[in-house]
Amino acid sequence: MLDKIKKLIELYEEILSMPHRQEVARELRDEDDIFLLLIYSEMLGIPNPAYYYTLELYPYIIEKFHDWHLRMGMEKSPISGIRCC
Amino acid sequence: MSGILLAVIGILIFILGYRYYSKFIAEKIFQIDPNYVTPAHRYKDGVDFVPTNKFVLWGHHFSSVAGAAPIVGPAIAVYWGWVPALLWVLLGTVFAAGVHDFGTLVLSVRHKGQSVGTLANKLVGQRAKILFLFIILILVLMVNAVFAWVVTNLFISYPASVLPVFIQIPLAIWIGNAVYKRNKKMLLPSILALAVMYVTAMIASKVSFLQIDLVQYMGGEGATGIFGLGAVSSAFFIWIIILMIYVYIASTLPVWKLLQPRDFINSHQLVLGLALLYLGMVFLNPSVTAPATNPDADISWFPLLFITIACGAISGFHGLVSSGTSSKQLNNETEARFVGYFGAVGEGVLALIAIIAVITFFSSSEEFLATYSSFTDANQMGLGIFVEGAAQLFSGLAIPTDIATTIVSIIVVSFAATSLDTSVRLMRYIIGELGIEYHVPSLSKPHVATSIAVISSAALVLLPEGPKGFGSGGYLLWPLFGTANQLLAGISLLLIAIWLKRLGRNYAVVLIPMIFVMFMTLYAMFQQVVFEWSWIGDDSNTLLFVLGAIIFVFAVWIVLTAFSALSGKIDNPIDKG
Repeated sequence: MLDKIKKLIELYEEILSMPHRQEVARELRDEDDIFLLLIYSEMLGIPNPAYYYTLELYPYIIEKFHDWHLRMGMEKSPISGIRCC
Repeated sequence: MSGILLAVIGILIFILGYRYYSKFIAEKIFQIDPNYVTPAHRYKDGVDFVPTNKFVLWGHHFSSVAGAAPIVGPAIAVYWGWVPALLWVLLGTVFAAGVHDFGTLVLSVRHKGQSVGTLANKLVGQRAKILFLFIILILVLMVNAVFAWVVTNLFISYPASVLPVFIQIPLAIWIGNAVYKRNKKMLLPSILALAVMYVTAMIASKVSFLQIDLVQYMGGEGATGIFGLGAVSSAFFIWIIILMIYVYIASTLPVWKLLQPRDFINSHQLVLGLALLYLGMVFLNPSVTAPATNPDADISWFPLLFITIACGAISGFHGLVSSGTSSKQLNNETEARFVGYFGAVGEGVLALIAIIAVITFFSSSEEFLATYSSFTDANQMGLGIFVEGAAQLFSGLAIPTDIATTIVSIIVVSFAATSLDTSVRLMRYIIGELGIEYHVPSLSKPHVATSIAVISSAALVLLPEGPKGFGSGGYLLWPLFGTANQLLAGISLLLIAIWLKRLGRNYAVVLIPMIFVMFMTLYAMFQQVVFEWSWIGDDSNTLLFVLGAIIFVFAVWIVLTAFSALSGKIDNPIDKG
């Protein structure tokens, strides 16, 4: 019985927090998008003094690159060095 | 007749509608495919496209569509007696709203989770999309004006509700920050916030200096207030200005900061309010005292009833939610029936209890007829009667009437205020989109678009003069709100019909409610515009005439577009899904 009530409360909380979770995820994704823009800025022609160091992050962010350029309104990869699509 | 019996009959009809009619539509018409890969899986991104448990999605869908509108409409429409209002809510929910909400959800799922606006462009053409944007623009403008009037009216009639409603704002900001910055859970803080609001309501109901009564501050109803206006007119003006400043700020802040935590608290109020109303009714066992029909009505129920109750019978706004968010989170296509159709049933249940609260409130049918003596009186007082009637149902749970009245008015104000800041935000986006469409880029700037939205809404709510003076005629806009909402529903039903026709399916189940809704809307608007509001009408009003005429032209335009699209003259490619 207690378990069922607990589950019901969890379900209720999930219902109510769904739009909030979505908005928090969207805000975090927007922050990530700006971060990715900074990292790829040198390749896009915007000088970035920290370019050498951001290269270290390359393996961690490469998987996100395809979704990022699509979100930024670019149908094909804008960087000749990365051919994701 | 017992109110409980009406509720049981109503709920039984909803259950039968869901059990049999929606199953028939799902299997035979929409041909739901359990193996269809929904957009939530195909485009899963963790933000917009997220496969979600069907109960969670239904709860979210229901709390997004339920608001003050399914309360206000039925509270006015019982003027023609409870039978017409009840029948329209029951049959409308089963045969129109359910099909519409379910249909828009499936249509969107079969078209990559796109919204109805985008689908209008795809299925009918660019003209339909622009028309769609204008209709939504009119709808949100009406929502802003009508709900600003609702909030203001309740603040003036129930001054004890002001403080608890304003206390909600800092509490919501605190919750929003706690969740966003510190990743805290929202359930407990939001329940605490609600408790603080209700305790404040209890204290404010008993302690008169905590009741923010602007009319009394200016010396009572007969006194003169600011700018030489009467005290009530001045109070309307001041509340509208405060409200508009608030919505300006609320709709330009990030949604997680204020809007969503407030929604979260209000969702508790929705659940609690519904539970208390139905439980109160069971314990009180009230009798229906209102007459079944009103033969002495000064205006015919046909066709006005069908635009007076929009939400609760059929509402175009639901299609925006179905295709805007729910379709992107549907885990399996078979669950569309539960989320869409049952979501409409949820709203029907809210409209049903709103009707019961009003028709059981009076001690006799004579008293009912004396209060609802004309359609203007019904429009003006319906909401107040609902508050009193709901408070009477609460008394079945031994809640004192003065506290219950304050709590019910807080619930209605909260619903109306949430609709208000969501629709101002929506209006800002639409103005921006129209700005891009017509090459006026400055319109897409948030503060420019929000200023236009807020100023036009404030002007609209202040212009119609009611019996209480300047600004109190907001209720005159209610039929226009209903019309705009029904038109939107008509377009969505049209899109579903076109889609079904092109797939070679039987689209009568969609076409019949569409023709019904369109016919009633056109007929009612024509009647109102020509015989009521025009210079030859009984109740000449330039503002309402102009707005009504614009909506009427749009409606005719949609009907013509519908015929062209359905007869196949416009032939756009579709996704067969």
